[in-house]
Amino acid sequence: MSTLAVHDHGVGHHHEDGHGHHHKETFLTKYIFSQDHKMIGKQFLVTGIAMAFIAMILSILFRIQLAYPDKAFPLMETLLGRFAPEGRLDPEFYLSLVTIHGTIMVFFVLTAGLSGTFSNLLIPLQVGARDMASPFMNMLSYWFFFTACAIMLSSFFIQKGPAGPGWTIYPPLSALPTAMKGSGMGMTLWLISMVFFIASSLMGGINYVSTILNMRTKGMDLWKMPLTIWAFFLTAILGILSFPVLVAGVVLLIFDRSFGTSFYLSDIVVNGQIMPMEGGSPILFQHLFWFLGHPEVYIVIMPAMGISSEIMSVNSRKPIFGYHAMVYSLIGITVLSFIVWGHHMFVTGMNPFLGGVFMITTLIIAVPSAVKTFNWLATLWRGNIRFTPAMLFAIGLVSFFISGGITGIFLGNAALDINLHDTYFVVAHFHLVMGSAAIFGMLAGVYHWFPKMFGRMMDEKLGYLHFWLTFIGAYLVFFPMHFMGLDGVPRRYYAFTEFVSMQQWLSVNTFITWAAIISALAQFAFLYNFIHSIFWGKKATQNPWEANTLEWTAPVEHLHGNWPGEIPSVYRWPYDYSKPGAEEDFIMQTTPLSQTMSSNVPHDFEDNAAGLEELSKWTNTQKSNEEVK
Amino acid sequence: MGFKQLIDSKKMLSLLAVLMLTGTNMVMAQAAATATEEKPGVDWLSVSYYILLFVLACIAVAVVGKILRVYDLSQKIQGKAGINWNTVMAVLFIGFLLAGLAGVYWSFTVHGNMILPGAASLHGVKIDAMFWTTTSITMVVFVLTQILLFTFVFIYKYSPKRRAYFLPHNNTIEKVWTIAPAIVLTVLVIFGFFTWQEVTNSADAKGEPASINVDITGEQFAWNLRYPGPDGLLGKKNYKLISGANKLGIDFNDKNSLDDLKADTMVIPVNKSVRLNISSKDIIHSVYMPHFRVQLNAVPGLPTFFKFTPTVTTEQMRNKLENPEFEYLVYCNKICGASHYNMQKVVRVVSEAEYAQWLAKQQPYLTPALRTELKLAEVSNNNNSTKRLALNN
Repeated sequence: MSTLAVHDHGVGHHHEDGHGHHHKETFLTKYIFSQDHKMIGKQFLVTGIAMAFIAMILSILFRIQLAYPDKAFPLMETLLGRFAPEGRLDPEFYLSLVTIHGTIMVFFVLTAGLSGTFSNLLIPLQVGARDMASPFMNMLSYWFFFTACAIMLSSFFIQKGPAGPGWTIYPPLSALPTAMKGSGMGMTLWLISMVFFIASSLMGGINYVSTILNMRTKGMDLWKMPLTIWAFFLTAILGILSFPVLVAGVVLLIFDRSFGTSFYLSDIVVNGQIMPMEGGSPILFQHLFWFLGHPEVYIVIMPAMGISSEIMSVNSRKPIFGYHAMVYSLIGITVLSFIVWGHHMFVTGMNPFLGGVFMITTLIIAVPSAVKTFNWLATLWRGNIRFTPAMLFAIGLVSFFISGGITGIFLGNAALDINLHDTYFVVAHFHLVMGSAAIFGMLAGVYHWFPKMFGRMMDEKLGYLHFWLTFIGAYLVFFPMHFMGLDGVPRRYYAFTEFVSMQQWLSVNTFITWAAIISALAQFAFLYNFIHSIFWGKKATQNPWEANTLEWTAPVEHLHGNWPGEIPSVYRWPYDYSKPGAEEDFIMQTTPLSQTMSSNVPHDFEDNAAGLEELSKWTNTQKSNEEVK
Repeated sequence: MGFKQLIDSKKMLSLLAVLMLTGTNMVMAQAAATATEEKPGVDWLSVSYYILLFVLACIAVAVVGKILRVYDLSQKIQGKAGINWNTVMAVLFIGFLLAGLAGVYWSFTVHGNMILPGAASLHGVKIDAMFWTTTSITMVVFVLTQILLFTFVFIYKYSPKRRAYFLPHNNTIEKVWTIAPAIVLTVLVIFGFFTWQEVTNSADAKGEPASINVDITGEQFAWNLRYPGPDGLLGKKNYKLISGANKLGIDFNDKNSLDDLKADTMVIPVNKSVRLNISSKDIIHSVYMPHFRVQLNAVPGLPTFFKFTPTVTTEQMRNKLENPEFEYLVYCNKICGASHYNMQKVVRVVSEAEYAQWLAKQQPYLTPALRTELKLAEVSNNNNSTKRLALNN
């Protein structure tokens, strides 16, 4: 067999020829102020997990309130003090809990925790780079994120407590410090925290894009990149283009709160006092917020989609079905996600014609989403599916994405949104499609790349337990909420006892709360597994899942610079699983096509004259061999 | 800490005992007022019991885990394959599918009966039709795709004897499942677009059948109502005129405002179009009347309106629901502060005659006290004219 390496496209890409010898690391530079993308990824992960647990506990607190609105729990007063006088949550603190839960989950867990972790970990490893384009800026992005988390949490320790106007912080509630307890100092801290967070996201995003565009190894052209990298790349572009708009919105809001401007305020009377602000519009803020806010939901879900696509392919032992379609659908979602924001504002009173336009663009985005779903199903079809915990979570993601995505069609329809807007139907929809699905993508990623991160394996049985309790629990929590929404039950209500018609949902609420508690407890199995495995887990081999991508060619032992010698070159796409004619059911991206002639297909040599010539020679040799026989 | 050590740990056991002993009444005692209402035997709410339950559940899981491990090892010692976790997971998935589908059916039949009754407004009927069309289409997709997903993972579970089918792409199939959703969504978009247009179309602006104007203003935490008086026209408002007596800031320089009425309940006649003029004094609220499929934000500085025609009287709805206590309500559906969860106002749909009677009894907004405060002269000499239906604006 010829040993000639048939190079495809991509010649001329940046190829670092260093040998991985970076600066000497001390404890401080290795674990705290690390500039190694792998360590920064782990820092994002650990912080994200910590924040997720905090947000989860907050959600359990308000779920208990919803399940038992008429009961007092003295323990709550002990734990929460003035926020739970006489053992019952203060109604304004309830809103703060909802606000901070949403903020933490959307921004700190599902954006930074998910994208920050896996973009950092995987981009250099999967494209074949020694590190990010700017390791120092990468380090700063983590520490800005950490600062943002610290500021957000600090708001629990101030007199009036954390911000309470909901995670969307619509003014005037967020702009008038006297409007409610949560509009005061807590709101200011929220805004400052978000400025830090956005700065972190921008630094991260710019690094991801520049690394992917400039630092791919030899042979790694765009169509040889794993879907994870495509997802991280497009997510980073989304963030870079949309987050600055939120910064603008937030800065103007700070001006309105503190300096007497009225970008978002007009015609307001608070507590009988006529305010001097005129000429602004609260709806302007909503436009600015949702210009980020809607891409944000894709910033959350796209990395999860990329991760699950990768994991499904590896564990089905099949190429991802319709790789190009998967990429184009990601691009389609990226572009469309910028022109759908108005569907969050159908009932604000904006021009109805505009509502019609946003309805059309919103429903169009369902097409690339449907393509992705069907392609995942086709990937599973006739596969040879290994049920690793990562694979279970990836399958769970598809199930959630179907369930939650379908209800998006209702909410994207302006006429139906009139009745469903801001009800529990919306809560059910987004918790399934971008809450549960994205969390499952994140957990799938953690289980799958844990050996890469820590050089050890997580316990599979605990992973199974974690998956099933969480999967069933999430459905039990969110599925009944659709019906509450169809009964017109508004979200963010402190108690269900004030409206006679809502009392019929009390028992359902109790049930949901208990399902949530069980799901929450299951996360402790994960936490135990995670921490225990870091120190005592079974040692990992270099490529434990028999995957094709570049990160599994790097040594188990971490090395700042990723590969000890030359960065490996890439010769093929990452999804050559179970290729007919190949000896094994996986062929790594670093295996030259010339080493697998019996399994190559003409498509492998597209636009590659040298390769086609090699194929022709090999075919002729085969023919002559047969003739001799 | 190993499992054996955990069981043997005296500290853990002591802690558990302390929790057991102190928990019931001290840690989670209910407030005295509510405790008296509780039925006997609610001590199970105690935190210590929950911790105990949690510990027991953990022990049960650990025991099951150990049993499985022992079984697995003994099988392997005997040269057998041990537990095939791939098969276990596949079976669990198919079990989940069957249980899930049964659960969905149960939820539709039980929870589905708890949702809002059919719309009590003209446009609401169209929204309902749109809803059920969308539900029918999406439910088919939902059930089919979930069945495919879990059936595939069940059928194609790992086998060392089998190799997966190499299928990187198929352009025809991909075209089909790109175009098919596009067609379905196009239908929904067209249907939705026209429904939306009908709902939001400003008939008043085109001189179509006149509406009854009702002014609804949100504030923390109440809805204020204003009806036009005998002239059928609502006077202008100006937030700068808001004062203790003039809560809505009515501009009495506008003569149309002199006969405006205030109301505690939103009473509206059946089968007459109603135009809700929506505004807010302080922050964003949302006028939400789910039975009528009406919702629109109340935004300070941005007056909005929603026009609808109620078709079912309160009495008819009470009979339909077999609930003599039933009332239509308007909620606040936008987070607005401490009492957001209880910002409600009764909406009563009555016959036209009842509406006329009710309207005749309503007090004018311009009370003598307000007149004094505003130093208004007796403006109108025609106040003794009979109040009439406000059917035009």
